[in-house]
Amino acid sequence: MKRLCGLAFGAASLVLFAAHLAMAQSAPDPTAAADAYVNAPHNWQWWFPVSGSPMQAKIDWLMQYVLWWMAAVVGFVALLMAYVFIKFNAKANPKPSYVTHNTLIEVIWIVVPTLILAVIIIPSINLIWYEGDTSNPYMTVTVTGHQWYWEYTYQSVPGLDYTSYMIPDDQIDPSKGQIRRLSVDHPLVLPVGEKIKFDITSGDVLHGFYLPSLGVQKYAIPGTIVTSWTLINKPGTYYGQCNQICGLNHDAMPIEIKAVPLADYLAWTKAALADYTDNAAPTAALPAPPVKLADAR
Amino acid sequence: MSSFVQDDPHAPAHDAAHDAHGGHHKQTFVRRWLMSTNHKDIGTLYITMAFIGACTGGMLSEIMRQQLMYPHNDLITNGNTWNAIITAHGLIMIFWFVMPALIGGFGNWMVPMMIGAPDMAFPRLNNMSFWFLACGFIFVMTGLLLGNGAGAGWTLYPPLDNAQYSPGLATDFALFSLHLAGISSLLGAINFIATILNMRAPGMTMHKMPLFCWAILVTAFLLLLAIPVLAGAVTMLIMDRNFGTSFFEPAGGGDPVLFQHLFWFFGHPEVYIMILPAFGIVSHVVSTFSKKPIFGYLGMAYAMVIIGFVGFVVWAHHMFVSGISDDSRVYFEVATLVIAVPTGIKVFSWIATMWGGSIEFKTPMLWAIGFIFLFVIGGATGVVLANAGLDQELHNDYFLIAHFHYVLSMGATFGVFAGFYYWIGKMAGHQYPEFWGKVHFWSFFIGVNLTFFPQHFLGLAGMPRRYPDYADAFAGWNFVSSVGSIISGLSTMVFFYVLYRVFTGKDVLEDNYWGEGATTLEWAVPSPAPHHTFEDVPVIR
Repeated sequence: MKRLCGLAFGAASLVLFAAHLAMAQSAPDPTAAADAYVNAPHNWQWWFPVSGSPMQAKIDWLMQYVLWWMAAVVGFVALLMAYVFIKFNAKANPKPSYVTHNTLIEVIWIVVPTLILAVIIIPSINLIWYEGDTSNPYMTVTVTGHQWYWEYTYQSVPGLDYTSYMIPDDQIDPSKGQIRRLSVDHPLVLPVGEKIKFDITSGDVLHGFYLPSLGVQKYAIPGTIVTSWTLINKPGTYYGQCNQICGLNHDAMPIEIKAVPLADYLAWTKAALADYTDNAAPTAALPAPPVKLADAR
Repeated sequence: MSSFVQDDPHAPAHDAAHDAHGGHHKQTFVRRWLMSTNHKDIGTLYITMAFIGACTGGMLSEIMRQQLMYPHNDLITNGNTWNAIITAHGLIMIFWFVMPALIGGFGNWMVPMMIGAPDMAFPRLNNMSFWFLACGFIFVMTGLLLGNGAGAGWTLYPPLDNAQYSPGLATDFALFSLHLAGISSLLGAINFIATILNMRAPGMTMHKMPLFCWAILVTAFLLLLAIPVLAGAVTMLIMDRNFGTSFFEPAGGGDPVLFQHLFWFFGHPEVYIMILPAFGIVSHVVSTFSKKPIFGYLGMAYAMVIIGFVGFVVWAHHMFVSGISDDSRVYFEVATLVIAVPTGIKVFSWIATMWGGSIEFKTPMLWAIGFIFLFVIGGATGVVLANAGLDQELHNDYFLIAHFHYVLSMGATFGVFAGFYYWIGKMAGHQYPEFWGKVHFWSFFIGVNLTFFPQHFLGLAGMPRRYPDYADAFAGWNFVSSVGSIISGLSTMVFFYVLYRVFTGKDVLEDNYWGEGATTLEWAVPSPAPHHTFEDVPVIR
């Protein structure tokens, strides 16, 4: 079965560019294209991840915009304070003044901050509407948080529903590009260039579906569905983590996304359907439930 | 603010005739400290409570930073232990350090003296407030140490802390500790409101009242309105846990998000409950050491009133990713940003107070200046986080942790230390050693900045909060942050030495040891302040 899908995928890949074809032939894995680019945090990183989606690009822009305004405010206050300390310390100015009112200056320091807020609010509100617009998605994935793994249900592929556990620390294989605390056994596979809606919910306690490089974050709340969306720019591997305290292994339920070209995604859905729903044991054995994770450390 | 001078500058000498430590009727230890009705003694008890709370909460934070110093660390190998520690750290620092220090401690000590009242309006209620809080501390520690510990985070979000996911008594102890701390705060708030509104000396109109009293008054109203909501939410949680109700259980028709609304309707005013008294202290310190009256007194007072008022209508900015509607996100963002304006009034008025002054950089002034600068940084990141669109990226990550530690660990705590160094001579009767006070300030300043500034970077890189272990990519800044926490810890040792010097001091202080800049009424009574102040009613000119 798997062999067959590999062949079918190989045939589909013929239309794609040569390098990609070669890669797909050597490893009949429809998600292979995602290995070409890895968007993971790096040591001493001091800014957002490289934007993986238009939403994250907008967040990055607004962050810089607001932070420059704030840097100006903090810098201005720092300069004022430095000036005051040099000019009005007890040695430089032994006789204090007794001025306690100046209507003009008091009006200025109310009006100017209000204006700064106004120029921040306008682009900021636009971003809220943009983030909230989940209309017309190409596909919808239901994301369900569990203690302590994620479950992905593809609404457009009936029957495609699988769980995603963190690879325990002692089974991490860096030679396969696995990253401790971020890599999972069964990543979420998504097509690039298409609008993807997330229906986020939970099967037990609150979780947080947090994808920093895509600008997505929503709580997973039992009994309700919170929606968000993304559109991934280019094939690659993207990471996220649970960001709402959910108990013992809160730090051990990361999110890994393999973003691949649409054709590869479609090929993957077929392979995955076979893998995950034909009642046979999955080809990749699920690791033991991470109950003992804490002790393994 | 006019200067407050008693009619007869020699009047305090009358009080000084009493033994400063207990009056002419010598009290036993039990009678004085366990059954106290004196605002100064109760203030001292509160400050002792805050000291114990700060040491406990600080120790927990040192443990956390040691665990986070390296990825894959094995100091804490059980996630439940970790969760219990973070929960206790948050609860203890808020309810058993910052609040008792600023409100119960300095508030009790200074407010009656500043308004020329002999004591608080309800002295026995005052005593009761303290002992509720002390019992609450036993409960919260039980919650930390019993079984797996209470581990839902200080925000206590259900369903994680319901009977199914947090079985055992620990979480009930933590919830009841909030009830006890809440009753304590509520009774204290009623006491402060009654005292400030009714017991001001003749001539002390509201618009002549010192800014610290204004701060405590606004704080007391915030407590009065916010604490009952917390009590309701906590009661519902206790009912869900123990009596089969389903207020927050989706399976029974309840809603976990309802708890978030109730919690933050309390929780956001709570933020101002912690910072407004520090605003008041900083105003006094800045004015005293600039030797200038406060600039724009009325603006300063009403800025606090406005902050308190608006603080009640912004709570859902803590819930930008809880699935609230886009319209709500817009409203709560704009309302939140509005708070920056009255806060700006305060910051600029402090700078204007220093402008033209004759500034002496004594230790309390260093803490006040540190407060202003670091609070501005914390406020700036607050404006960033108030943007709902940005919060979608920054919510619950280390950028948020850095933000609220800048306003609390540096803001409120610097306010506490400013008040301590400013008033310790008045309270203990001996001055702190200036050199060691400055060493304490600079080491703490470096320590906390080194701890919390790199956490902005961790947050931007995407490190979530409440993680005992993290991806190796976050190792660098976490190491720097942990080194900073060690420096803060060592700095606290310097503070212990300062305390030792104060309590073994032999020096005798004048009534007003700060000189011309200190104009409020507590400087008109001897140092240390006698057991009973104002047996004769002072008249304010």
